[in-house]
Amino acid sequence: MLDSQRNYVLRSVEERGVRLVRLWFTDVLGTLKSLAISPAELENALEDGMTFDGSSIDGFSRVQEADVLAMPDADTFELLPWGDPKVPEARIFCDIHHLDGTPFEGDPRQVLRRHVQEAHDEGLTFYVAPDAEFFYFEPLVPGQPPVPIDHGGYFDLTTSDVTGELRKTTIRTLEALGIPVEYSFHEDAPGQQEIDLRHTDALTMADSMMTFRLAVREVASHHDVHATFMPKPLEGVQGSGMHVHLSLFRGDDNAFHDADDAYHLSPTAKAFMAGMLHHAAEITAVTNQTVNSYKRLVPGFEAPVHISWARNNRSGLIRVPIPKRNNPMATRIEYRSPDPACNPYLAFSLMLAAGMRGIREGYELPDEADANLFEIGDDVLTKLGIRQLPQSLNDALIVMENSTLVREALGEHIFEWFLRNKRSEWRAYKTQVTPFERDRYLGTL
Amino acid sequence: MAARESMLAVVADPVPPELARTLDLAGYSWKTTSGVDDAGEPAGGWSGAIVDIAGDAEGGWAFLRGVRKGGDRGTPVLLLVGGAQLSELEHRDEFFDDFCLTPFHPAELEARLRHLMVADVDLHRAELVEYGELTLNLETYQAAISGRPLDMTYMEYELLKFLAQNPGKVFTREMLLSRVWGYEYYGGARTVDVHVRRLRAKLGEEHANLIQTVRSVGYRFGQSRWDS
Repeated sequence: MLDSQRNYVLRSVEERGVRLVRLWFTDVLGTLKSLAISPAELENALEDGMTFDGSSIDGFSRVQEADVLAMPDADTFELLPWGDPKVPEARIFCDIHHLDGTPFEGDPRQVLRRHVQEAHDEGLTFYVAPDAEFFYFEPLVPGQPPVPIDHGGYFDLTTSDVTGELRKTTIRTLEALGIPVEYSFHEDAPGQQEIDLRHTDALTMADSMMTFRLAVREVASHHDVHATFMPKPLEGVQGSGMHVHLSLFRGDDNAFHDADDAYHLSPTAKAFMAGMLHHAAEITAVTNQTVNSYKRLVPGFEAPVHISWARNNRSGLIRVPIPKRNNPMATRIEYRSPDPACNPYLAFSLMLAAGMRGIREGYELPDEADANLFEIGDDVLTKLGIRQLPQSLNDALIVMENSTLVREALGEHIFEWFLRNKRSEWRAYKTQVTPFERDRYLGTL
Repeated sequence: MAARESMLAVVADPVPPELARTLDLAGYSWKTTSGVDDAGEPAGGWSGAIVDIAGDAEGGWAFLRGVRKGGDRGTPVLLLVGGAQLSELEHRDEFFDDFCLTPFHPAELEARLRHLMVADVDLHRAELVEYGELTLNLETYQAAISGRPLDMTYMEYELLKFLAQNPGKVFTREMLLSRVWGYEYYGGARTVDVHVRRLRAKLGEEHANLIQTVRSVGYRFGQSRWDS
């Protein structure tokens, strides 16, 4: 199997005249990293991996030994559909190993691989389908606020239509990369788009999300447009989220589906949801990892603020969408807090870990909160036992720090590094004096 | 890759009239030749050779040594041997695929030749899977639709290959998973759907229906055997 995979890659490189092979991996913060090698090096790389100094990669630094090994995952070999077709380039995702071949703890892809494998050992496959939102802006001018490229709204078929053209090209590019798109449309805010990906297993989807973010930016920059996954780039309009549709399958059967339940949710689905709700606050620092993320999680913009669930209430953290034509395969839950600036490997890992904890420990699912929670007073919510998501990166880090679930799920190395890195981000932010403060206080105080 | 022009080489001096008559009746195109570098050899090479050892043993073996030089077993070879020559076949197994005792029975020669050519066709087809406008070259791992190269991951290629090699047959997801992936893949059976969806996208709208969904069963490549 491995040999024929390798042969496939090597022959394809030869036959298609690939000039450069990009070895991709992801740092702890979710930034895509690339190590380019010539095709002549590829056979060696597939066999033994490529050694590189990890000390300057975010989250890869270790005390004694800086060198790590990038092992290409031959099944992820794809030709890149952009660039000069006369000098084709290809990419392969890599797992990062220690020089002795053991998995490197700082590698987010290996973290997700471990979680997916654990679920698999219990006969379960974790399926994920993210709906990613992002903004298109005119080329950025330093010091100036960003200018959206259009003033369209939700589902608008803008006619001018740079936006439509961009989205179309992006989708073609994604499909060519083996990333099927289910929907794409103009979102609520000016310049804001949404592209919904069709579900795959979580590891493939995390790879796809990394490719997706690059493809969106790549296509946009070819059209002289700046695409951004920043969670809240503009005040007063909604931010960019990444709602994640989740389900577990046992072989061909949807383990979340139960035809006899009023909401068609199986006990497995309910325990999984209970796990996610119970640990939601703990995993938020990872699903929403920037200072800016928390400017999106505010009332009034279709982003969740409260830890609750409902069938068809978009103010809750978990929504249970109604499947089309009652298709049992489509029974799923939608986790609504993450934003597209997260590290998808770590975010999916923690969602799965929280849900699986619920299943293993038999958590009870709290009652549905079907009212619009934005219109209910905090005191009532407290009485109902409905907590809020962390209000800032700092809040989220404090909750995370005390979470044994997150510590175990990420592993000591990433857990410690992430907290250290994000605390320093928070400190840098905290020392800022903002225009808001000057406007509000300078004249009167 | 063009289909090989079908032309049999006949190495015999002289060509027995019974042989010529049998080949003509069976509808084979054939030419006499004396050597490998013969100008009469078609561009794609001989589709097969009938070598009459009974008539000219030395010329026959010389021809075969040339054909089988470098271990090439691409050209199927049928020998015509006299009963007294059977001992000559010893240690020369690599030079021929089958033989027929001469004087031969025309029906036997025809049957042996047909069998040999069918086996040969399968051998060559195995390197190239074609269905409509889809071509898969199994040797180079390359695939093309209407001449446009398809860029696929290894598993996408393997799935397409398996389906294209079994057109018209319906497979369940579990069958495809075990036959194509061949091991317990943590993507689960839904992985098949994901790969089919990707393959359809890469085949393009026009050809996406090459892989058909058979409701509540699985997938079928190309037309059903029962449709026409």
